[in-house]
Amino acid sequence: MRFAIPLGVFVLMAGLLGYGLTLDPRKVPSVLIDKPAPAFSLAKLHEPEKVLTEKDFLGQVWILNIWASWCVSCRAEHVIITRLAEKKLAPVIGLNYKDQPKDAKRWLQELGDPYDASLMDIDGRVGIDWGVYGVPETFIIGADGLIKYKHIGPVTQESLDAEIIPMLKQLTS
Amino acid sequence: MRLYVKALLLCALLSPSAGFTAIEAYEFKNKQMEADYIKLVDELRCLVCQNQNLSASNAELAQDLRRQTHEMLMKGKTPDQVVQYMVDRYGDFVLYRPPFKASTLLLWLGPFFLMILVLWLVFRNIRSKQEIVPPDASSMQRAKDLLSEDKTRENS
Repeated sequence: MRFAIPLGVFVLMAGLLGYGLTLDPRKVPSVLIDKPAPAFSLAKLHEPEKVLTEKDFLGQVWILNIWASWCVSCRAEHVIITRLAEKKLAPVIGLNYKDQPKDAKRWLQELGDPYDASLMDIDGRVGIDWGVYGVPETFIIGADGLIKYKHIGPVTQESLDAEIIPMLKQLTS
Repeated sequence: MRLYVKALLLCALLSPSAGFTAIEAYEFKNKQMEADYIKLVDELRCLVCQNQNLSASNAELAQDLRRQTHEMLMKGKTPDQVVQYMVDRYGDFVLYRPPFKASTLLLWLGPFFLMILVLWLVFRNIRSKQEIVPPDASSMQRAKDLLSEDKTRENS
């Protein structure tokens, strides 16, 4: 009985710390969920004279995948994004973040271009508006122009099957 | 001489500017704006290297956010507006000093609650040890006998 309190405290601490170990501190929940997609006006990678804004996508569900040629995990994610694009559930827009157009073009040539359109954010200002702090990041934006989902880090087959595809099916149905 | 060098090194290590890896040379309109800038980049967290503030981090994002902070101040935004801008995009996590609200109640009040709990436990413990239990009659009698025995021995 004398040990009841210390033991209780220990079990509580161990439980909380153990739970803490299962959390990923790099995953900061986005404040943008259910908020309007931040405004942008960006030139297309392959047709720099053409500019797209967030308003061009109103009325449809779309995916924004933020990547860069210098980002190693984007390379790993590329095959998954390609699979996602092939399902044709929604247009996949690539946001080329803090990159050089020639590097980005070479990357897409080498690995294949899964994007319906690629936009250039050379100085990373649009990235700041979208709360990007590490590439790759993937957003799903609803037809109402609100952000529905954000994935931080490379999209894996598991997160594609368990979260992204069900979310897209639900939004487009 | 050696002592002097050591003292100098210690000063360099302890001075807050030791963490200042920024190489940008920003110009400000006035001293107040510069002070605001330094305060902001000290209080905002870099989300890439999460245990560093914007001033100490050399991550690309930190550089961009410093540039953004500088630009906003130069455009006449107040420090509060800059903080709000960052929170709108990156959430409360960008602040090293979390705001006081429902979701952070435990964070702010938890330590005080724990302190009160511990103080209460300590006081209760001390008091229970101080309680004087009156001895029962037989031990009292024995003590008296022993004392009187002593006295008779002294007198003899």
